Amino acid sequence: MASGREIKTKIKSTQNMRKVTRALEMVSASKIRKAQDLMKASRPYARAMRKVISHIAQASTDFNHPFLVEREGVARVGYIVISTDRGLCGGLNANLFRRLLPAIREWQDKGVQVDVVAVGQKAIQFFRRLKGINLVATASNLGERPKLEALIGVMKIALDAYMGGKLDRVFLAHNEFINTMTQKPAVHALLPLPVAAGEMAEGQTGSPDYPVAGLKLEQKHDWDYIYEPDPATVLEHVLGRYIESVVYQGVLENLASEHAARMVAMKSASDNASKVIGELTLIYNKARQAAITQEISEIVGGAAAV
Amino acid sequence: MSHTLRVDIVSAEAEIFSGEAQLVVATGEMGELGIAPRHAPLITRLKAGHVDVVLGNGERQQFWVSGGILEVQPQVVTVLADTAARASDLDEAAAQRAKQEAEDALANRTDAVEIAEAQAKLAEAITQLQALERLRKTLKH
Repeated sequence: MASGREIKTKIKSTQNMRKVTRALEMVSASKIRKAQDLMKASRPYARAMRKVISHIAQASTDFNHPFLVEREGVARVGYIVISTDRGLCGGLNANLFRRLLPAIREWQDKGVQVDVVAVGQKAIQFFRRLKGINLVATASNLGERPKLEALIGVMKIALDAYMGGKLDRVFLAHNEFINTMTQKPAVHALLPLPVAAGEMAEGQTGSPDYPVAGLKLEQKHDWDYIYEPDPATVLEHVLGRYIESVVYQGVLENLASEHAARMVAMKSASDNASKVIGELTLIYNKARQAAITQEISEIVGGAAAV
Repeated sequence: MSHTLRVDIVSAEAEIFSGEAQLVVATGEMGELGIAPRHAPLITRLKAGHVDVVLGNGERQQFWVSGGILEVQPQVVTVLADTAARASDLDEAAAQRAKQEAEDALANRTDAVEIAEAQAKLAEAITQLQALERLRKTLKH
């Protein structure tokens, strides 16, 4: 049995660890509120945007924007992967990557090239090591209040590649915030819009607040918008804004998920530390007791011998 | 047939206004637009400026947007603003200060990007001040 002093050091270090995990837990608990508020605040915009986009899809426009046209044959696909910057948030990132890998392998088996745009330190680290994919752009350190400006650069790379015909499909992967206890890794088709809408119609994903959900692209109605100044300019602007809003919403959802996951992970770490401390204290007391008993019996034995 | 249309004004940060209205006036890219119920479907970009909403009871509410998208359906008007505020929430002192700063920046800088940035800021500040001016006028009446 370990000596009393050794056990005591172990108890001390476990107590220190518990202090750290407790602190992290409380920090996340306070940040999660703000993250959730941010996420909720941007939802009306996403919802209104979704409505406008579904109207646009229904109008019978002569002008066909590349975002609205599904291309024949897929040679290259892009994934925008949103992860956290920091670790210690349970299996949040690992779950997302695990969800993504089979999809990426499937594309590769079909001879399709896969490009990845990584947002967040963890995704950058993961995809840098992964073989067979191209990491085309990265963004990280978005902070507690992610700014849209920080994302525009990486989005532009993915959208330009799509417009230039280098990518035939673009997907968005992030964690969806369901509640504090549950976060769901989700991969959605982002471009072209008919694919995104088709996926939603099949009911593969179901969060009602997700911007693309419920978007129906019933083509060819008998009316069209008055475009000012002209369809190309307006659609370019509106569709660009739409993609921005979807990706931004994804980042906010991921942020809320991060804090929720960290809070839960740190809570269970604290609980485990408490349990270990309890067990160690018990062992320590037993060892102390044993030492005392032994000492007494030695004294008694010595006295009897005299 | 209804005599009002539904108006939603949202910005990226919050929902600013939602309700029934008789008339919506906004500054489109091609000029000022007045939208009454049963307007033909229309979609356009908005310039920085004011958005006025005349409610069902004739009351006039004024808003300011920094730019965005206006979508019109016969019974629904949606304003997707980059940033928006109620005109009464605008801070005149802050707008004046922003205007001054942008003007100073314009005077001192030579880099093309910086000039464009300063011009955009100046335009924003000026439209804010104009919106406030309009608000003051309507309050006097």
